[in-house]
Amino acid sequence: MVAFSMRKVPNREATEISHVLLCNVTQRVSFWFVVTDPSKNHTLPAVEVQSAIRMNKNRINNAFFLNDQTLEFLKIPSTLAPPMDPSVPIWIIIFGVIFCIIIVAIALLILSGIWQRRRKNKEPSEVDDAEDKCENMITIENGIPSDPLDMKGGHINDAFMTEDERLTPL
Amino acid sequence: MEKARPLWANSLQFVFACISYAVGLGNVWRFPYLCQMYGGGSFLVPYIIMLIVEGMPLLYLELAVGQRMRQGSIGAWRTISPYLSGVGVASVVVSFFLSMYYNVINAWAFWYLFHSFQDPLPWSVCPLNGNHTGYDEECEKASSTQYFWYRKTLNISPSLQENGGVQWEPALCLLLAWLVVYLCILRGTESTGKVVYFTASLPYCVLIIYLIRGLTLHGATNGLMYMFTPKIEQLANPKAWINAATQIFFSLGLGFGSLIAFASYNEPSNNCQKHAIIVSLINSFTSIFASIVTFSIYGFKATFNYENCLKKVSLLLTNTFDLEDGFLTASNLEQVKGYLASAYPSKYSEMFPQIKNCSLESELDTAVQGTGLAFIVYTEAIKNMEVSQLWSVLYFFMLLMLGIGSMLGNTAAILTPLTDSKIISSHLPKEAISGLVCLVNCAIGMVFTMEAGNYWFDIFNDYAATLSLLLIVLVETIAVCYVYGLRRFESDLKAMTGRAVSWYWKVMWAGVSPLLIVSLFVFYLSDYILTGTLKYQAWDASQDDKL
Repeated sequence: MVAFSMRKVPNREATEISHVLLCNVTQRVSFWFVVTDPSKNHTLPAVEVQSAIRMNKNRINNAFFLNDQTLEFLKIPSTLAPPMDPSVPIWIIIFGVIFCIIIVAIALLILSGIWQRRRKNKEPSEVDDAEDKCENMITIENGIPSDPLDMKGGHINDAFMTEDERLTPL
Repeated sequence: MEKARPLWANSLQFVFACISYAVGLGNVWRFPYLCQMYGGGSFLVPYIIMLIVEGMPLLYLELAVGQRMRQGSIGAWRTISPYLSGVGVASVVVSFFLSMYYNVINAWAFWYLFHSFQDPLPWSVCPLNGNHTGYDEECEKASSTQYFWYRKTLNISPSLQENGGVQWEPALCLLLAWLVVYLCILRGTESTGKVVYFTASLPYCVLIIYLIRGLTLHGATNGLMYMFTPKIEQLANPKAWINAATQIFFSLGLGFGSLIAFASYNEPSNNCQKHAIIVSLINSFTSIFASIVTFSIYGFKATFNYENCLKKVSLLLTNTFDLEDGFLTASNLEQVKGYLASAYPSKYSEMFPQIKNCSLESELDTAVQGTGLAFIVYTEAIKNMEVSQLWSVLYFFMLLMLGIGSMLGNTAAILTPLTDSKIISSHLPKEAISGLVCLVNCAIGMVFTMEAGNYWFDIFNDYAATLSLLLIVLVETIAVCYVYGLRRFESDLKAMTGRAVSWYWKVMWAGVSPLLIVSLFVFYLSDYILTGTLKYQAWDASQDDKL
């Protein structure tokens, strides 16, 4: 894998597996490695190797079914995947929906309140008109005008109104 | 002929309105903290005693005054004695202060609710730093939930002096919160009465769901056992008793005028004694219920963090000493540490500073109250549950219901005297008065959406209502008992409801409760005087901790 990564680097296409030397292998599957340059017979600088590995880290991980948490190259910091950033933040969408619902509900309630009040204002004036019409229609019986009692509606005599609250309940 | 006073459609609406007002955020985020600080299970003893001695009598008194006078707080106290109308005005002013800053909490709840519809939850991961090699520095030093609260939600400035500008995101949420409140109070008792069916009952549904989920979480029993084991010696601590009295007092919302306002819309024959007992019992029961949920969540969070800490230490040791993978477990960690210390002393002492001492107790000991509990601790626990979006939505929806329920009471306390007064109500219809009040409050509330807004919020939260309420309720009790006359009040109640007032209430109203309030008042005054300069906690962005 290391040789493969090095081959991807320009000028190093000729790297073979035999050019990668391992040392210090431990039981825990960790080891040191260096990449040698066959023509000049010295090890390659760490920076070059690091950049090569970094570019191919994904393929190395996938080849071993590992990920950045389980396969670690010391001194090669892994870049983290940035979180998804949608163009319109999701919260604004939900905010907009609820905002519109609330505004519509408030408008409905206010308007229905105004209509109810207008209806109430019209009703007493309509009742008054009806009473005036009743007074104009005086029935004539035997040539003598008389007011029919039931057309005006009953008037409650306050003196005889029972006040339930003053009396003690049974 | 005078327009008939609007009434509640049935007495259930009245009870629900009182419950919805009394059961608020304090039950969720203050009571568990007090319970933990003052002896766990043994805190329940002073709490229940104070409930019976102080909470129920004062609640009954306020409801009875409202129902008898059938006016808002200003009118009611003016009827009792023209010299006491200042008490009513004081109630309205305190309610106004409260409604200014309380709705900001609803704004924050809306913010978190809207952000809960993402995967992953935005407070569960830190944003990346500039070159994508690691996480943002401020976020690393604190935790992702703290970062989301202090940086993304509040965008807090380092001190109170640096005001910063108004943040448009919280400002929008505040506007929405006030629109929702306006929608609920628009038609007076007609609309409020229907809304309180939801705001009173839905939080209980969510709490029950959370209780079941919380108790089945891994590590919940650790939290429950730790918090509820009674520490009997705390009973001798006077602070425990004082805090119990204070919690009962403020949790029931006495002195704001909201209870008087709600009761004024009652039928005169309503049995307010029964309702007072029911409301106060339900309020305390909810506090205890919410603290069970909170402690199981604490236990889960603490266990999770403890196990993470253990894993990190094992990983560190495994890496340093090239041990076999899986060799270190939680049970043999101490043994192996001892062995390594003796076998490789130099190497061990080199890396010793990096080993953190993982302790379950210290994780459980972090007692948090207030916005920190609601928005940091709970979100941290939620992000570790499965299907965290669902739990998050449920939780913030519950916070919203609780907050809006309390706001309904507050605005009722302000609006009822205004709509009762002939001068104002003849010029403006009810909807316009409500709209004006909401608009003014919203405009002033924008202060709390500035960068230094959270500091202003803390100031208001700690000082706006405490002393003034104690004084108001003290004057209320003395006014009813001695100025209006206890006998006269008793005969009024008997004529109104048809039931006699038991000797217990009379003793409490005339003697015990005023004494209690005076002692609380003296304690708080002396506390303020002795503390000297008042301090506040600031968030330091470089150290990511509170100063």
